[in-house]
Amino acid sequence: MRSAPTLLALLAAWPALAGIPTDRAVELEHMLLQDCGSCHGLTRKGGLGRPLTRSALETMPSEVVVAIILDGIPDTAMPPWRPLLTEEEAAWIADYLKTKE
Amino acid sequence: MRPAEFAALVFLGLAAMPVVSVAEDRIQATGSLGVVIERATGSVLVVDRANRAALNRIEGLGDLSHASLTYSPDERFAYVFARDGGLTKVDLVEGKIAARIVQAGNSIGGAISDDGKLVAVSNYEPGGVKVFDAGTLAPVADIPASGKTIGLVDVPGRRFAWAVWDSGEVFLGDFSGAEPRIEMIGNAGQMPFDAVLTDDAHTYLVGLFGEKGVTAFDLWSDRPEPRRFLTDYGKEGQDMPVYKMPHLQGWAFAEGQFALPAVGRHEILWVNRDSLEQVAATPVAGQPVFIIEQPASPYVWVNFALPDNDTVQVVDSRTHQVVDTLKPGKSILHMEFAPRGAEVWLSSRDDNKLVIIDTATRKQVAEIPAQSPSGIFFTNRAHQPGL
Ligand code: HEC
Repeated sequence: MRSAPTLLALLAAWPALAGIPTDRAVELEHMLLQDCGSCHGLTRKGGLGRPLTRSALETMPSEVVVAIILDGIPDTAMPPWRPLLTEEEAAWIADYLKTKE
Repeated sequence: MRPAEFAALVFLGLAAMPVVSVAEDRIQATGSLGVVIERATGSVLVVDRANRAALNRIEGLGDLSHASLTYSPDERFAYVFARDGGLTKVDLVEGKIAARIVQAGNSIGGAISDDGKLVAVSNYEPGGVKVFDAGTLAPVADIPASGKTIGLVDVPGRRFAWAVWDSGEVFLGDFSGAEPRIEMIGNAGQMPFDAVLTDDAHTYLVGLFGEKGVTAFDLWSDRPEPRRFLTDYGKEGQDMPVYKMPHLQGWAFAEGQFALPAVGRHEILWVNRDSLEQVAATPVAGQPVFIIEQPASPYVWVNFALPDNDTVQVVDSRTHQVVDTLKPGKSILHMEFAPRGAEVWLSSRDDNKLVIIDTATRKQVAEIPAQSPSGIFFTNRAHQPGL
């Protein structure tokens, strides 16, 4: 898988992300791009949901991003991911969104 | 060479395949061809149903998440609508891109007029519908909207219908005269997520996400009016999260009924086509995404949103019972039937392959490697209103 080396490099450079095993991180990245991508676009530039690019989320605190991922946004199409993701995994995704182009 | 070795070679060949023109060595008719969206790589794969094979890969089409396409009446060209606003006209005979424009920032789907002359694209950003000359892709009309446009379909008489996610408004645009005439025909309700035209071009059905229900517009009428139904399905019990919006393009119209995906419920809802009364509900394995009728049969096939997207179920439209549950591969995103129903092709995104199932035995008969495949579109769609 092409994304694995970048991810490994990222992990090595970034001890904060070390809590998630590498193969799970690969799965999470895949899920983020593909499954979040079905509403937010594969390049995160937006679709039914707003853009999730680094600059779009710049001013949103990490805790808020994590809370939105886990619990969704009521009365919108943003679903709660708590049934599918742990809090650590949501935090990993939030970090990814806020730091990676 | 033994068949297995040959298959392996074909497989390797595909992975690194240079684009080979289909026209080079023989005449290529297009009636058994199809186009498969490879969402992550911005490419499409031209496939041949007759030989259960991939013919060639065409690259450079942009962000193809949620991409769809429509065909020219002669089944030679596919118009591919990309998420990033790209509109690409692909020539199936030459195996190459015939024309390409980037017409908006963010788009969601499109349609071709009944006479094959106009291609319309529905856009999210900026919201609206743009219409192009099907031959040259030159702009013809630009109709802004107050939000994201969804559910764009062609309607006989060089018309198109669409809905607006943000406002619920439904529009009918008539492009048969010198100037387009755009009419708001009513409000469907909160957050229409997709819409579909019945095969007889009689009813435009708009599915709602923001509230329960589906809204029908009678397009045979001179004054179509919104008619709401299924407004109280699943009253008991908690709704479940929807990880992928259902699609309505494959809404099945079987046995005098519509088979509709319940939103937030793991159910198929059956509605009488004339009275719009619910006649049954079928509990299924997950949130339905596509419910597609197997041609010339009493069956509909359904696939599901995450986390049940490795499952496909077959439901009998007479008894409303699930008659088969299949596990064809990881992340099944789409299903497309051969026009007479003999086989169905499924895209397994995470197994990077297309799976071909014989509908008589419901057993896999072949598979074809593909990169993150999503939508599969056979050329017979060229002749169906609403597709
Ligand atoms: C079914 C569609 C859908 C899916 C799948 C989806 N989202 Fe969303 N998301 C939305 C919508 C719609 C909004 C905007 C809601 C609103 O109107 O405020 C949103 C909003 C957000 C926001 C807030 C953005 C902002 O600027 O306010 C974040 C963060 C987010 N989503 C993250 C994710 C992540 C991460 C995933 C995958 C784990 C995901 N979403 C999957 C539909 C979706």
